[in-house]
Order: sequence, then structure tokens, then C-alpha cells
Amino acid sequence: MWSVEKSATGVDKTMTLADAIRRFVLPGSTVSLEGFTHAIPTAAGHEIIRQGITGLTLVRMTADIVVDQMLAAGCIDTLVSSFVGNSSAGSLGEIRRRVERADPGPLKFVEYSHHGLVCRYLAGAKRLPFYPIRSYFGSDLPSINDELRVVTSPYPLEDGSLEQIYVVPPINPDVTVIHAQRADRAGNVQMWGLTGVQAEAVFAARHAIVTVEEVVPDDVVRSDPNRTIIPSHAIDAVVEVPMGAHPSFAQGYYDRDNDFYREWTGISADPSLLSTWLKEWIYDLADHRDYVEQLGTATRERLRVGSAPSLPVEYGTRIPR
Amino acid sequence: MTPTRTSNGDIDVASLEETMTVAAARALAGKHRVFAGIGMPTLAVALAQQTVAKDIEVIYESGVCGAHPSELPATIADAVLITGSEAVLSMPALFGYVLQAGRIDVGFLGAAQIDRFGNLNSSVIGEWSHPRKRLPGSGGALEVLANAREVFVIMRRHTPAAFVDQLDFCTSAGPERVREAGGRPFGFGVTKVFTGFGVLSRTGPGEELALTEVHRGVDPDEVVAATGWPLRVGRDLHTIEAPTAAELDLLRHEIDPKRVYLR
Repeated sequence: MWSVEKSATGVDKTMTLADAIRRFVLPGSTVSLEGFTHAIPTAAGHEIIRQGITGLTLVRMTADIVVDQMLAAGCIDTLVSSFVGNSSAGSLGEIRRRVERADPGPLKFVEYSHHGLVCRYLAGAKRLPFYPIRSYFGSDLPSINDELRVVTSPYPLEDGSLEQIYVVPPINPDVTVIHAQRADRAGNVQMWGLTGVQAEAVFAARHAIVTVEEVVPDDVVRSDPNRTIIPSHAIDAVVEVPMGAHPSFAQGYYDRDNDFYREWTGISADPSLLSTWLKEWIYDLADHRDYVEQLGTATRERLRVGSAPSLPVEYGTRIPR
Repeated sequence: MTPTRTSNGDIDVASLEETMTVAAARALAGKHRVFAGIGMPTLAVALAQQTVAKDIEVIYESGVCGAHPSELPATIADAVLITGSEAVLSMPALFGYVLQAGRIDVGFLGAAQIDRFGNLNSSVIGEWSHPRKRLPGSGGALEVLANAREVFVIMRRHTPAAFVDQLDFCTSAGPERVREAGGRPFGFGVTKVFTGFGVLSRTGPGEELALTEVHRGVDPDEVVAATGWPLRVGRDLHTIEAPTAAELDLLRHEIDPKRVYLR
């Protein structure tokens, strides 16, 4: 028989964000930050900046504000991405300066489409040599990205012909960082709303950090195991970071700060404004708690959301007979 | 650009945005699963749901299927799209099982440049390696054009810089380019382009986009002059019927009452 009393069986992997980043994000390594508009691990990106970690290959489907900030702070040498935009809110000044004018230096940019990067994570998570995808024929992307290659399917079609199909290589980040609503101390990650490609990005990685709005008791997780998108064995560090996704949102916790997304266009357009922002919001602050404090009550109130709980489901128990 | 637009916001005359939205909504008659972006496509789907295509399911790139938002979303991943929606899919499910598997009837896209066959550039103006202007890139656009049964493009600004003879960079390829490159095209590619002048359309692969509809008061010569390739004017060119009072009422009082997208 397994444990009768609901005791903690997993290892406690909770730690501070500074410790998690110091331990798992090494200079020169390949780092994936995922979160498709929802639950972007911004606080973790800021801690990477604060610790001055450089030479990174950063993988992120939607390279948005946190990537612009990490670029400006000099953390990133190579960017692997499928969308470089400040989603429907304007422009990313630092990325554009780096790409258009090599100012203050060139950026190695490895460009994909969204499904292409999804398939790279799938190949990585499954430890496959490549992943086929029905994209890229006729596009100019293969002309600027030689990782996009064609293979011949070994299985004839109905007319006997052999299909040509593009494949993408696996990606296995040294570390993947995601943000979620909650996890237990061992790292069983529970998430709802948009779950994006986070599970694949974590399973593809050698190590994984999850920042969460709340670390919850084991019973909370076990009351709804289907809500767990990543089991604890794939997670190395659990860090409680309330509002750790700001200016993006955490479904049911706080809303997206659309005002800040719009402001970023102006801040990032001017390198001196951008470096002042990094100083005031990252370098001069000890941690993300200070950042949330500095946001102020008015901003936090503006982002507060109303209640819309799901109805619980019935898992049932075996009745002793 | 169009006489249907008034500078004082006269509510009796439809604005250009309203006219384009209504034209796109009417084109959704008979469609079932629509992949929509934010702004005009979302408005067009909402209007179609209350007029010509009541059973349309709207799907967003973020993974939301069957969205029932309490207010207009600000992004394709707005929290209001998730609360009360019918399903939220992961990226592998959305791009793999829904889009690549060919379950989308109509995909909406925008672009910085379009050519006569509906190939699209959303990556760069100039050379890719040192562009004059870096644009966001594909996102899922490449996959939408490759895998939706047909694609509607919204291009408000109809200029020679946007409607080009040669794309600076082909981000998303239509079926002609797919076939030339050795691939097996799936859908019809771009079938309609809604612009500030009217509608360019074609019935399928191999056919060039032609001017088939104009907004009231638009001279077809003006449209040809604003197009970077020798644009064919359809023989049965007709003027887009002005939005009805019922359509305008829905747009103004139910769908976008705060005038977030409609100017």
C-alpha cells in the first residue's frame, strides 16, 4: 500500500529566484523562456539581467518586451524566435536597433514560424532527431535558416509518389523557465487558461525552473491531478513569485498591463530612456517583491480581476467493501 | 479616400472601417471555422455570427476555440477570450491538430506586402540580413496560409508599396509557390483581399487577384494606379452595397459600443 496519510512524498524544491537563476542559468547557455502572451516569466528574465548573465542563446516563440529588455542588458548573443513584436501594442526598439543597424552590435537571429518552433520543442521533448512539418515550401525562410531541411517520406502516397517534407531539428535548452499559477513544493505544476508550449519546452530541457503565483499544499494539487500540466520529475526549482508575469497576465490572478505594453514603444525607442528603465526597475531593486511594491497600489488595483471559478469535477473514491 | 467617410463622424454614413468590416462579414456566409486575428477580423466574425453565419466557431492563434468574450479582446490572448470559452488548446494541438490537419475554413491575415497571387511578407522591408525595417515575422501566418482552406487578407492601406510586383521577402507562400518549391499545396490560398478601395479576389490557385468590388465613389483607375502590378479589373466589377441599418446597429451598439476598433 502507498502512503495512507497525505504526507509530502516529493523533495522540496522551493528556493529563491536569485538562487534558482544562479544555479541553473549559466553564462553562454541556451535558455528557453516560454509563455504565449499569458504567464510570461518576466521576473525570471529580470533576475537574469540583475545577475548580469551574458552570452545566452535565448529561445522564445514570441520575443516581446522581456526579450527587448534582456537584449538591452547585453544578456543575449543569439535569439531563436518566430515572432519579434510587441503584440498589437507597438514596437520593440532594442530588437529593431540590433537587427536594422547592428546598434550597439549585431544580433544573431535564427528565425522560424510558430509551428516550426513548436515542432522543435516536440522533437526535443521526445529526444527525436527531427520533426516533420507541413510548412515552409515556397517561403523564403529556408533561404535564411539552413536548419530548415527537406527529407523524403519513406511511405508512398496513394499514387505511389514519395512525399517531400520539411523537418526541423530538436531543441534541448540547458534550462527552460516558465511561469504558472501554482505548484506544490516538489514542482507539480498546475496551470489553466493558455498553456501554450510550456510543457513541451520543459520536457525538452535539461533543467527547468517554474515561477508560480502560489506554492500550494500537496492536497490542493492532488484534488485535481488533471490540472497538472507538468509532473514534478521534470522540474528542478520552484519559486513563489507573485505577479511574476507582469506586464503579462496570470489567468484568474491579475490582468495584462496593456498600458505598459503601449508605454514600452516609447521607452525602448530611446536607448537612454531604456537604460534608465533597467536601472529603476531592475538594477536598483533587490528582487521582484520590490518591483511589485514599486508598481504601486493604483496599478495593482487597475489589474485586479473579478471572480469566475470553475465548477469542481468528481474524481470519486473506491468505497471500502 | 472614400466618400462614405465623413470627417465629423456623421453617424448616418458608414465609416471606411465599418464598410470594410461589413464586406468581410458578408463574405463569411456559409463558413464554419474561422481563424481570426484581433481588430477587424474579430469584428467581422462577430457580425457574421449575428447575421449571415450564425454557427461560426472562432479560433484564435493563442489556442482558444469558441470564444464568448464579455468585451472586445485587446489581443488574441486576452483573458476575456479564455473566460467562458468552449476550449483552450495547447500550441501543439492548435497548430498540429487544428491548423495543419486542415480544419480551418477561413483564416484571416494581414501583411506589409502582398503580391498578385496573395503571397505575403510580414518579415522585413529591404534585405533580411540588414533590413530597412524589421517586422514581427511569421508568427503563425505561414502556417495559416499553408493550411487554411482559404485566406482573407485585410490591407487597409492600398498603396504600390504594399501591393507589390515582387515581395521583399516571402514569409507566407500561397499554393503556386508551394507547388513550385516541390510541396503539396492544401488550400486555395488567398481568395479575398479587403482594402480601403474595395475587394480584390480570385477563385483559386493559378489565378491572379483582380479588382471585383469597390467602395462607393472609388474609380477603378485609382485602384489600378495604387497597385504595383498590372491589376486586372473584373468584368462584373460592382460597388459594395452600403452597410444596412441593421448591420450598423449591431456594430455600433452591440459589437464595438466603445469604438475600440471602429473609428
